[in-house]
Amino acid sequence: MSVTEEKAPPRSWWRTRSELGVCAFLFAVGVLVLVDALRIPADFTQRGPVGPKAVPLLVGGLLLLVSVLLARDVLRGGRGEAEGGEDVDLDAPADWRTVLLLSGAFLANAALIGTLGFPLSSAIMFWGAAYALGSRHLVRDPLIAAGMSLVTWFAFTVLLGVPLPGGPLMGVL
Amino acid sequence: MELSNLWAGFATALTPSHLLFAAIGVLLGTAIGVLPGIGPAMAVALLLPVTYGLDPTAAFIMFAGIYYGGMFGGSTTSILLNTPGESAAVVTAIEGNPMARKGRGPQALAAAAIGHFAGGIIGTIALVLLAPMIADLAVDIGAPDYFAIMVLAFIAVTSVLGKSRVRGFASLLIGLTIGLIGLDEMTGQSRLTFGSLHLADGVDVVIVAVGLFAVGESLWVAAHLRHTQAEAIPVGRPWLSRSDLRRTWKPWLRGPVIGFPFGAIPAGGAEIPTFLSYVTEKRLSRRKDEFGSGAIEGVAGPESTASASAAGTLVSMLTLGLPTTAVAAVMLAAFQQYGIQPGPLLFQRESGLVWALIASLFVGLVLLLLINLPMAPVWAKLLRIPRPYLYAGILFFASVGAYAVSGSVIDLILLYVIGVIGFAMRRYGLPVLPAIIGVILGPAAEQQMRRALQISDGDLIGLVNSPFAVTVYVVVIALLAWPLARKLLRRREPGRV
Repeated sequence: MSVTEEKAPPRSWWRTRSELGVCAFLFAVGVLVLVDALRIPADFTQRGPVGPKAVPLLVGGLLLLVSVLLARDVLRGGRGEAEGGEDVDLDAPADWRTVLLLSGAFLANAALIGTLGFPLSSAIMFWGAAYALGSRHLVRDPLIAAGMSLVTWFAFTVLLGVPLPGGPLMGVL
Repeated sequence: MELSNLWAGFATALTPSHLLFAAIGVLLGTAIGVLPGIGPAMAVALLLPVTYGLDPTAAFIMFAGIYYGGMFGGSTTSILLNTPGESAAVVTAIEGNPMARKGRGPQALAAAAIGHFAGGIIGTIALVLLAPMIADLAVDIGAPDYFAIMVLAFIAVTSVLGKSRVRGFASLLIGLTIGLIGLDEMTGQSRLTFGSLHLADGVDVVIVAVGLFAVGESLWVAAHLRHTQAEAIPVGRPWLSRSDLRRTWKPWLRGPVIGFPFGAIPAGGAEIPTFLSYVTEKRLSRRKDEFGSGAIEGVAGPESTASASAAGTLVSMLTLGLPTTAVAAVMLAAFQQYGIQPGPLLFQRESGLVWALIASLFVGLVLLLLINLPMAPVWAKLLRIPRPYLYAGILFFASVGAYAVSGSVIDLILLYVIGVIGFAMRRYGLPVLPAIIGVILGPAAEQQMRRALQISDGDLIGLVNSPFAVTVYVVVIALLAWPLARKLLRRREPGRV
């Protein structure tokens, strides 16, 4: 009806209603939970009147129901309010580059911790995460990263008695 | 008898090593309260791995210090920056920040700190008096009653809190689904494990809590990082003049009356009672004209209320195993890590631990007053920490905690996946608390429900065959029907909001 609506590209209908993705996710999870529950053989091991199937069936069913109710709410114009915060500027568009870099730093740690050991791998993650978030001190950043990971490694392995892999670096020391 | 228990608790809490953990807790708590982006729930979640190495008493003394300390610290950012560090401190910003801008920052900080101390002490005394009584009353409750309490927790966190019920329920169901993963405790059959041996153990609650709170928050902030940081108003040492004292002592004492009962019921922690306290103080004040431009009563009352509500939260958490706030939920997870089930029997079985924890609350409050009153300007300096380091550090400790669970890379990947879910929840306004309550209480609720139905041989009457359970379900129905009733009331009074 309004001018803006005519001008807007067809994609923006989905963009303003991207919350429907949440509904799709909930629906998919609901189907998954139901399918998984139905394949549980409940006949012979069941103890008591309620077996291991009942609660998953209930949760799965409710997931489907909620996904439909949420879709109805979104289509009627309801919007989930994005969470604010001290460091959150909701007026700015989402900065996907930072999110991807940060995710990369985190997943790199998961990939490297087995071979490089905790101290080195975590230091790389901290530095990478700080870099992703915009810190560009070429000396201070790695120093803080190394200090934190070494202190944490000693605190866990020595003080708390929780072993973290030292990796080749700690083998040398 | 309780008094002797309490003295024994003090004897435990005042040993040097436990004092040290109380001090670490309150220092961390205050820092976390001041720091943006990190709240007490996230802090306790990040510290859950210490439960692998510390004895439970020390761990809970530290966690309690973080909880109370977070309340103290949260008001500092509210007053000096106009951005509340914790949800409990939202109301404080209304009067506290104008006071700071008028140069009365020291008075606002002092009114807040002493308010926290007064509210905390009164609330904790009420905890000492009430908790054993509630535990005694509840000691006979059985499986159907436990199930009813958990249903109440589920409904309350989704219906009372938050702006949208359907989104609250969506969040709860996500949590319940994660809680289903693993072997069914009664029959040993695998659910949602997809053939993975790692998933057969279930997803450790540390990973869920850290993923939702820490990783989700870091990713969310990364997407919308504010590049120009707000400047905190410089402030001197907090102090109060005689005329300020005359205006604040009554709000300090009134706060716990509102805060404590609200903390004990599942009504969303400190948000509602602090707001009620603010409205009450505004109504009772002789200087209504100052409200909105820096009335000290509007700082003193809500802050006292916030601390008292934290004490109230501990009552239901310890005596019924019912978490009413995110911090209490994560602390409940910590109890589960130690294989301790909070509930009416806790006061009998773990008497030493509980009373040491309660005694440490008093110790922690004294420590908090000592480190907050003279050192508030120092704490405010924490606001200058570069944000890249802050969030990189949160991610760092998140991955340490998840990896320490079992030394497995799969846990790091799970942590990331749950973090992405936490990110999406923040983006689309799904509250995090229902999910965490669903994960923590879901499996226990299923056990109690099945046990209750086993006793009644499958008859659904078995779920409502005690007066206690019936009462709880009446409350549940009232909560569910409340929006409908409110709609009807609104229609009757069209002019009012």
